[in-house]
Amino acid sequence: MNEALLSVDGLSKTYRTGARTVAALSDISFSLQPGETLGLAGPSGCGKSTLARILMRLIPADEGTIHFKGRDWLALDGGKLRAARRHMQIVFQDTHGAFNPRASVEDAIGEPLRIHRMVKRRERAAEIHRLLERVGLPASYAGRSVFELSGGQRQRIAIARAIALKPSLLILDEAVSALDVSVRRQILELLVEIQRETAVSCIFVSHDLAVIRAVCHRVAIMETGRIVEIGRTGNIVSAPQSSTARTLIDAAPRLTIAT
Amino acid sequence: MSGNALCRIDDLSVLYAAGDTPALQNVSLTIRQEQRLAIIGESGSGKSTLGKAIAGLLPRNARVSGDISWSRDSGLFHGRPQPGRDIGTIFQDTGATLNPVLTIGEQVAEGAVRHLGLSWRQARDLARDLLERVRLPHPSHLLTAYPHQLSGGQRQRVAIAAAIAASPSILIADEATSALDTVSQAAIATLLDDLVRQENKTLVFITHDIGLASSLADEIAVLRAGLLVEHGPTRRVLSAPSHDYTRALLADYLDLSTPPLISEAAS
Repeated sequence: MNEALLSVDGLSKTYRTGARTVAALSDISFSLQPGETLGLAGPSGCGKSTLARILMRLIPADEGTIHFKGRDWLALDGGKLRAARRHMQIVFQDTHGAFNPRASVEDAIGEPLRIHRMVKRRERAAEIHRLLERVGLPASYAGRSVFELSGGQRQRIAIARAIALKPSLLILDEAVSALDVSVRRQILELLVEIQRETAVSCIFVSHDLAVIRAVCHRVAIMETGRIVEIGRTGNIVSAPQSSTARTLIDAAPRLTIAT
Repeated sequence: MSGNALCRIDDLSVLYAAGDTPALQNVSLTIRQEQRLAIIGESGSGKSTLGKAIAGLLPRNARVSGDISWSRDSGLFHGRPQPGRDIGTIFQDTGATLNPVLTIGEQVAEGAVRHLGLSWRQARDLARDLLERVRLPHPSHLLTAYPHQLSGGQRQRVAIAAAIAASPSILIADEATSALDTVSQAAIATLLDDLVRQENKTLVFITHDIGLASSLADEIAVLRAGLLVEHGPTRRVLSAPSHDYTRALLADYLDLSTPPLISEAAS
């Protein structure tokens, strides 16, 4: 085994509202290798998005450790955390909420390039064009408003913005769930190509096991804040051990030719 | 296979604003009584417009040409079916369907009070039965709960209970399962299927998911950019699609039997 890119150990998180407490995550542990895609699958409320948000340092964990790129990820703060954030990027489901509504495509992709000083200022436009072409959009889209684009095109922009920082880990939180079937497939193919070229590791959060099956080497099946099963995606789909995995497999939509 | 023509859509075109491309163009389609028809299409295909046209819910400013005529001898309604009474509609977004400041009991009972002439007390009893019918736990307690206290899947069950309160003979489900996770999605699809079969309702199931349609419908109509490109029995459409677009939809469909896009041995 290589050195893991990411290792998560004993992560827990409880949400408190008034007198109620909800254990969103309990004792989550897993690791991720460079170039590997791990799926987080489970029904609504299983904690998969909470886990993604803790990894991104958007919300704090209550307990547990995360090692990322050889560093104690939860101990980073201030300028060190800001600088390190470029290595872990996320793409969300909702492409409306993910962008400044007044931004042009160029602004949206250019901002992280500027903040993290990825390229010299005079090379920025060329880099934006390269990224647009990389995600399958014409360079001429740079001047357009993000909100003139279709949902699928906006998701391509979100991916371009994320890979602009050459991250080591890309988190996709239900990133294809709102897309039409054909667009969904194109976006999944794009992500697989990008991974092949850059060896970026991915964490793919989805309730849809068919999507997970298509792009994830391994999958962690989650239920009420716990990982109930983790292993090679093909193995879990063909021989699930947990009732949650079986439920997800049964519920996955499929083409049935009825009689 | 089910029976007589219930609704004939003839050369229907719908335009929302002058200068726009029409949302529907020259669509002709027959819906038979007790049929389960799936209308498939991607964003912007006109599938929701067709659903609204059938339900009689198009906005007033829409320009409509062509005709939707209803069978006079079905015995199910007089003249045109009335939205809410004869046609129940279920939408994707329960946040917009359910009123956040009314209790679950009030929203489900409302249709029965309005269309069946029940008293509120009688309608409340009916609402409790309906909540049980859509398999929600603790129906008596739920009557006084509010939508925000429920999960997305539970809210969609409430919306279905409200839609069937006046016993409509036709149900239109417009992406009713699309916002839900696959587990709730499968449960809601099964619930709709049971309701329709047990009570001999006619179902129009609108979805972008041809796989989901394949498990639920006996006929599939495929819309693309406002045009009806294919219509036929589910089995025929899936096994021998006649239009390239249908073939592309099937080829792009991902399910558990699709070969993975990654090489499994990687890393």
